[in-house]
Amino acid sequence: MLQETGTEWLSQEVKTGTTIIAVEFDGGVVLGSDSRVSAGASVVNRVMNKLSPLHDKIYCALSGSAADAQTIAEVVHYQLDVHSIEIDEDPQVRSAATLVRNISYKYKEELSAHLIVAGWDRRDGGQVFATLSGLLTRQPFAVGGSGSSYVYGFVDAEFRRGMSKEECQQFVVNTLSLAINRDGSSGGVAYIVSIDEHGTEEKVVLGNDLPTFFDQ
Amino acid sequence: CSSLGTYDLSASTFSPDGRVFQVEYAMKAVENSSTAIAIRCKDGVVFGVEKLVLSKLYEQGSNKRIFNIDRHVGMAVAGLLADARSLSEVARDEASSFRSSYGHDIPLKHLSDRVAMYVHAYTLYSAVRPFGCSFILGSYDKDDGPQLYMVDPSGISHGYWGCAIGKAKQAAKTEIEKLQMKEMTCRELVKEVAKIIYIVHDEVKDKAFELELSWVGEVTNGRHQLIPEEVRQEAEKYAKDSLEEEDDSDEDNM
Repeated sequence: MLQETGTEWLSQEVKTGTTIIAVEFDGGVVLGSDSRVSAGASVVNRVMNKLSPLHDKIYCALSGSAADAQTIAEVVHYQLDVHSIEIDEDPQVRSAATLVRNISYKYKEELSAHLIVAGWDRRDGGQVFATLSGLLTRQPFAVGGSGSSYVYGFVDAEFRRGMSKEECQQFVVNTLSLAINRDGSSGGVAYIVSIDEHGTEEKVVLGNDLPTFFDQ
Repeated sequence: CSSLGTYDLSASTFSPDGRVFQVEYAMKAVENSSTAIAIRCKDGVVFGVEKLVLSKLYEQGSNKRIFNIDRHVGMAVAGLLADARSLSEVARDEASSFRSSYGHDIPLKHLSDRVAMYVHAYTLYSAVRPFGCSFILGSYDKDDGPQLYMVDPSGISHGYWGCAIGKAKQAAKTEIEKLQMKEMTCRELVKEVAKIIYIVHDEVKDKAFELELSWVGEVTNGRHQLIPEEVRQEAEKYAKDSLEEEDDSDEDNM
């Protein structure tokens, strides 16, 4: 039988167990995340929005240690605020990703967080950048968090370049739903953010509205 | 405009009529230097410098007055050359640091603002003297197009379509204003820049000079470079021929 002494979760690190994803489509990007925050076996927040704004049209998706990821996002949000005033224009997605990467790399021994940076700028349109462990690479799409392992096959098989915004949103929500089903550390609702030339749109898909697959 | 009493000994002192003489004296240093010009056209920026050769013993091409700041930015200077070299290093550090932090080329206006702020800082304290040089920064980017900024010893920076600094800046500006630079390409402009330097060069007071030419634009894919030999020869020939024509035309009156 399980030996339940009851207080392990108080001393275990709070992690955003997580599934996060960002995908580039023709004219912008869509970011998606689940909403579960766990401390050991305990769910300490079932509705956390892991998609954090860095600027009007640049968001990042948080995974790993909740504190580390949030702090990086807040610091970069501040740095981009200053930067955009200094250069007197909207920042490039690459700049946001570089700022995140510089922190992730410099403090890689102390931090445990992986942020996916995605957004739209007038130079290069929609862009997705992965910053795992302090690298910086632009990709057509990126997945992260503990739930991502269960959906690599799905995203590799189903992704197509040049999808429309709606097709992309559907792809993201399908991926999140599949990951949430299999990963114990992911769950709750799906947060979706869509960014293009015209603006930024935030959406929530509640638990029972998520797409169902063969076992449901 | 002579200084009154003791108001000109340090940059931390205003004169009663609201001037900082040290900064004005720094600008005099620029006015005593030979001329540098830069013109922005449809698809790039061209720099031209009248580099006076003070000794026949100098190696050709020494004491360059056009610098590379990062791949996409050029800088032409007038005034105290040592001060200018120091500032080119400052500009390089700024551009490099920007690239490290933000992952892309520094926008020219931002670079110009940052170096201008640095120059301005040296006009605030008595412990240092202002920089005795002005400089012109130019760049080309496929999204933002050609850009041209000039910074003077007071730490002011402005954007320009055409700009001249140094002893013959007035004469050079008059010539520049005659051009329709917004409709010209870099190739056309190189010839005009060479011609202007030859026109404003004073044969009597200053003898030998080297013409330094560089450009950055669509023609160089956004990289700042010295002008290639065939283009430079064509430009110098055009410049010299134009001067002869003007000399000849002076003889037509009888």
